[in-house]
Amino acid sequence: MNFDFSDDQKQLRDQARKFLAEKCPPKAVRVVLDGKTPYDKELWKGLAEMGFLGVAIPEEFGGAGAGHLELCVIAEEMGRANAPVPFSSTVYLAAEALLIAGSDAQKKKWLPAIASGEAIGTLALFEGKGNPSPKNVKLTAANGVLNGVKKPVADGAIADFAVVAARTGSSGRDSDISLFLVELRAGGVEVKSLTNLDPTRGQAEIAFKDCKAEPLGAAGEGWSILTQVLDRAAVLCAFEQVGGADRALEMGRDYALDRIAFGRPIGSFQAVKHMLADMYVSATLARSNSYYGAWALSTNAAELPEAAAAARISATQAFQHCAKNNIQVHGGMGFTWEFDCHIYYRRANAMALGLGSLSYWEDQLIDRMRKKNAA
Amino acid sequence: MNFDDTPQEAAFRETARRWIEANAPRELHAELSKSSLGRIRLANHDIVDVGKAWQKKKFEGNWACLHWPREYGGRGATPIEKVIWQQEEGVYGKLTQPFQIGEGMCGPTVMAFGSEEAKRRYLPKLASGEEIWCQLFSEPSAGSDVAGLRTRAEKKGDNWVVNGQKIWTSGAHYSDYGLLIARTDPNVPKHKGLTMFFLDMKSPGVEVRPIKQANGMQEFNEVYFTDVVIPDSQRLGAVGDGWNVSLTTLMNERMSIGARLATGVPEMFELCSNLMLEDGPAIDDPAVRSKLASWAAKSSGLKYTSYRTISALSKGERPGPENSIGKLVSGMMLQDIATYAMDLQGAAGVLTGNDEETAQGQFQQMLLSSPSMRIAGGTDEILRNIIAERVLGLPGDIRVDKDVPYNKIPTKGR
Repeated sequence: MNFDFSDDQKQLRDQARKFLAEKCPPKAVRVVLDGKTPYDKELWKGLAEMGFLGVAIPEEFGGAGAGHLELCVIAEEMGRANAPVPFSSTVYLAAEALLIAGSDAQKKKWLPAIASGEAIGTLALFEGKGNPSPKNVKLTAANGVLNGVKKPVADGAIADFAVVAARTGSSGRDSDISLFLVELRAGGVEVKSLTNLDPTRGQAEIAFKDCKAEPLGAAGEGWSILTQVLDRAAVLCAFEQVGGADRALEMGRDYALDRIAFGRPIGSFQAVKHMLADMYVSATLARSNSYYGAWALSTNAAELPEAAAAARISATQAFQHCAKNNIQVHGGMGFTWEFDCHIYYRRANAMALGLGSLSYWEDQLIDRMRKKNAA
Repeated sequence: MNFDDTPQEAAFRETARRWIEANAPRELHAELSKSSLGRIRLANHDIVDVGKAWQKKKFEGNWACLHWPREYGGRGATPIEKVIWQQEEGVYGKLTQPFQIGEGMCGPTVMAFGSEEAKRRYLPKLASGEEIWCQLFSEPSAGSDVAGLRTRAEKKGDNWVVNGQKIWTSGAHYSDYGLLIARTDPNVPKHKGLTMFFLDMKSPGVEVRPIKQANGMQEFNEVYFTDVVIPDSQRLGAVGDGWNVSLTTLMNERMSIGARLATGVPEMFELCSNLMLEDGPAIDDPAVRSKLASWAAKSSGLKYTSYRTISALSKGERPGPENSIGKLVSGMMLQDIATYAMDLQGAAGVLTGNDEETAQGQFQQMLLSSPSMRIAGGTDEILRNIIAERVLGLPGDIRVDKDVPYNKIPTKGR
């Protein structure tokens, strides 16, 4: 059994960590946090030059043609650095949707642009409250034009194109939903930035008014494509969450070693030690579930839906748990804007909602386990 | 990344599988397959008898105590081969329960500290199941703080005379030998005055009394020592070095990672699928689904954590203290699951009979037994300390009794 990343993949992870430590220190994250720029353009360019944006994109479409395992190790580092760039929207959602359902022309147009850092993409799925569900898609598509409003759309204000879920039928079945590809700089699109929990990753409202759109994938196949995209993104996001959880745990551990109270490091008190031990436990469970997700993703295994849901649940819980208790270990200092704890707390809680909330994925896991048990 | 065996591993697995198919006691397969949380009970057999028979067969086929050297009854196998064997042995592994403490803890300690003569005399009989060993460490006043133990061993000529009491000794009533740690010098700090021995459990002055546990069962024992004589030749390690010797024993305990711990998740999934609430099956209820999914994700997290450990073993790496998470997570989970299962059963949940409406009372049993999972083999708190100190590198606890002579440590009732 070799249930681990290869030496080459680990080397890639080290390379990504080194790169991000240099190009994406907390100081750089704070430029975006403080609203001085919507994302770190220099970093985005650097990620493209390193080949990280196109790591899982085939060579014929301008990528490195490596694979999803390579993307997983980079995702972990993006999470660890809390990178303020539209990586997840562009790479996990838009690029994966194109890879699954794009026509040759669409792939040729957009995938090289993603890999080179020229195009930012996103997925426009949600319409206000609620979780991923065909019945929550109200935006309509008819005669090649879209009408409706999507929000929140991650990185919507800086995206060049979006994959949009639209209603093309009213039978009450999944086949009522189709996907479209929209250039957001064209007419019929109105974009508004929204304030959100995690200012290092923007959210927007996008209104489509008689907006021209080209189909992505076959008509009526939208929901089935989306389900696959969300499963893939769940695994990739889980690695970001694992990276963030590990970093939050490390920050807490380092502070507990450094901070003296009652004449000794606070990390010598069992109340603090045990809190950190529990953080380690959840981060470890999340990592192991994510590895299983990575295996299923990279081999396109039949187990992917179940593995993705377990990884998503475990990683969401771990990141929230570690980010929350990192503040607790830091005490009052952890509640200042100056300390970085809140950056991870914000990211952890925003990421917990991005692909559907925890309860949505819990529901999915049970459905998928039942399906497997019945089979 | 893959779950495949290397060619050598696959060949080993195939050999093991073929041998097991030809030799395992198939008549017990169905009964052993039933989930059992805690000790195994067989309807028509004593677990020690059938266990001994299986162990003897394995020994004759060269499959006992695999990772031990051949000259002491083992196979000289690698750690990964041991894991593969355990996977293939499957439910028949439950029959090895009476020998686990001997194989996992006592044997390795004798191997590390015993004389060549002692190793050749005792280890093969331990491996063949002919002689069963138990471990005599915990005392009523020394649980997590085992170095605070009181049982005294005093030198009289070439012998030691032992007086005191041990507790929580699994299998003492059917054991032939015991690994005993005792205080040989109360005038030095507690860790420095201990010495390790092994003794014949049939020695005069050894009295084994079963303990009636909180769950009503009797699985452990108290062992009393009254002027028990142990020859100095049965000392393991130097006089006063017992603490270091015990660390070897306990380190080997944590190496036993192949064994999967019960989490209660499959049982709970089945209950939720079958149990009808007012609005339909429990598994359709959002609150139930949420809890069940969280437990399922934890359980799969444990499974794949152990796969990562097995992969490390396969590469020849040694697993570290991070393995402590298995028991820590599954112990708490069992207790939480049992509590919630009964909540779903409502009023009938209070009943402990073999009824259909309470799923044969299995969760009630789980509830009553689960506290021991969180205590035996290292309490939740000790495991968290291990993770905090040895994995995360946090400072050890301040120990106010560390440099104080043992007999000057204030304690209740001495």
